[in-house]
Amino acid sequence: MGSIELKSVRKSFGAVDVINGVNLTIPDGAFTVFVGPSGCGKSTLLRLIAGLEDTSSGQILIDGKDATNIGPAQRGLAMVFQSYALYPHMSVRGNIAFALKMAKQPVDVIDQKVKRAAGILNLTDYLDRKPRQLSGGQRQRVAIGRAIVREPKAFLFDEPLSNLDAALRVQMRLEIGDLHHSLKTTMIYVTHDQVEAMTMADQIVVLDRGAVAQVGSPLELYNKPNGLFVARFIGSPTMNIVTGPSADKRGAATIGIRPEHLQLSKTSGEWSARVRIAEHLGSDTFVYVEGEGVGPMTVRAEGEAELKPGERVFLTPIEDRLHKFDKDGKRIGA
Amino acid sequence: MATQQTRVAGRLLVAPSVILLFLWMIVPLAMTLYFSTLRYSLLDSDNVSFVFLQNYGYFLSDPNFFSALVNTLVLVGSVLVISVVGGILVALLMDQPIFGQSFVRLMVIAPFFVMPTVSALVWKNLLMNPVSGLFAWIAHSLGLPAIDWFTNWPMLSVILIVSWQWLPFASLILLTALQSFDEEQKEAATLDGAGAIPFFFYLVLPHIARAITVVILIETIFLLSVFAEILVTTAGGPGVATTNIAFLVYKQALLNFDVGGASAGGIVAVVLANIVAIFLMRIVGKNLES
Ligand SMILES: Nc1ncnc2c1ncn2[C@@H]1O[C@H](COP(=O)(O)OP(=O)(O)OP(=O)(O)O)[C@@H](O)[C@H]1O
Ligand SMILES: [Mg+2]
Repeated sequence: MGSIELKSVRKSFGAVDVINGVNLTIPDGAFTVFVGPSGCGKSTLLRLIAGLEDTSSGQILIDGKDATNIGPAQRGLAMVFQSYALYPHMSVRGNIAFALKMAKQPVDVIDQKVKRAAGILNLTDYLDRKPRQLSGGQRQRVAIGRAIVREPKAFLFDEPLSNLDAALRVQMRLEIGDLHHSLKTTMIYVTHDQVEAMTMADQIVVLDRGAVAQVGSPLELYNKPNGLFVARFIGSPTMNIVTGPSADKRGAATIGIRPEHLQLSKTSGEWSARVRIAEHLGSDTFVYVEGEGVGPMTVRAEGEAELKPGERVFLTPIEDRLHKFDKDGKRIGA
Repeated sequence: MATQQTRVAGRLLVAPSVILLFLWMIVPLAMTLYFSTLRYSLLDSDNVSFVFLQNYGYFLSDPNFFSALVNTLVLVGSVLVISVVGGILVALLMDQPIFGQSFVRLMVIAPFFVMPTVSALVWKNLLMNPVSGLFAWIAHSLGLPAIDWFTNWPMLSVILIVSWQWLPFASLILLTALQSFDEEQKEAATLDGAGAIPFFFYLVLPHIARAITVVILIETIFLLSVFAEILVTTAGGPGVATTNIAFLVYKQALLNFDVGGASAGGIVAVVLANIVAIFLMRIVGKNLES
């Protein structure tokens, strides 16, 4: 059990409103990712859920029960911090066992739980080391181990992988995914890496300046962004945004088309453009072009397209992949 | 400093200061050692003779020596306990966001700037005086008999005065240690369900252990030679109740005019200080490693 519900939650620090009335339902067992640009309030929202900050108004329900005024320890949630926040004077075993010790569990139960967590996380050989004797990835696992043994209703992660190098980040991403599959516990995960968001999430919550911009599965957000903000934020490279006659013609203030939904031709098409640079990634080629009258655009071309800087190309959007937005940046149509 | 040349040059360059420091230390020590082997009384200064270890024999077999040793250890030990425990409590308090924080901090640090003689005089005449002191007045207002501190509780009085002087130092060092405690660790501990007391003992205390060690080592060095407070308040008495080693050496030299005996006492004090230092380093010094 571990469903979490936020009802018009607000938070302000002094005169600054950081969270402006968030309504959100996080279903039991789901992997929910909070994404958004830096400073949009992701960490603050997570800390409100954890109970590390008091809400200014609104309600937080955990398992249907009002938890707004319950202390962080009693909420039954576990948090993994970006800096890991391991206790430096305790061994790995001590770190993992700490919460159980505080809950006055019997020694043999603690021992057994620590062993099991260490087994899951490949930490068995390191139980007697101090945190400073561990690598970044191992420290991260200890931090997760410390959360697991508490058997929390939900795990809260605040950018847990941002201190790791790229390869380790991919590996830990998979491990956290596996963990979710085996534990089936609710997880809330904050990141501003949208690859993490797209690959890990059951549900993505996009935040914009302290408010929820859109909630949905990764594909929903990708295929049907409800506004320009989400359209720009989800997807890599970002969606191409076009205004002007091409948009007017289609009855919209702005149209958006993803790089993979543009057809590139050397002979004819809707927009003419000059190639600025072509990035060959092997499987794909991303071509950055300067469109005439429509500004810079990115195109995904298949395979090893032979394009030279300065070359003239023509682009045509795939019509049913076009996203149309009105003058307020809202999505038009389904 | 890798090559032979730079190493030689480096040694040459530091040599003058090293030699100067060495002389600075060794000359007084050597002279004290030399005097300690002489029969040399200022009352009879024409009659100086070499007596080898006799002065040490007298000093160590003096019945007052043992009591001075005990007094020294009691004084150092008690002040350490009071200032470290009190210092932790004051530091914890000062670490809280309270009204007028910087003013409170300044007031707490203030006693450290008061000269020992002055603070001892203040305590003796304004606070602990059995007739006109503040404590006596408080006792009277409560209908209790006034305590004659320096007659009935001489050692306790000295301990209180010296602790009062050293509490700010301990508080200040421990406060800086407390302030470097990681905020996220604190939050992690809150989520782990650690209440205030386990939080302090499992996380804060290990964090400030190194600072506590520094406080203990530095205070010990100064507390072994407490002198002014004793001279001003009790003059080592009543009897020898508050005579520590430093005060005993003073008595020997300036009250008995015995330079040889006082020198021997001084050397004994140095040896004792070193023994204490070795023990301390054994017990708490490992905290300083890594
Ligand atoms: N204690 C505080 N006092 C005042 N303002 C704060 C406080 N904590 C956060 N803020 C402000 O709230 C806003 C949101 O902060 P938050 O840390 O939630 O951002 P974030 O989405 O996690 O950003 P990032 O991706 O950079 O971590 C920021 O503008 C920040 O300046
Ligand atoms: Mg953040």
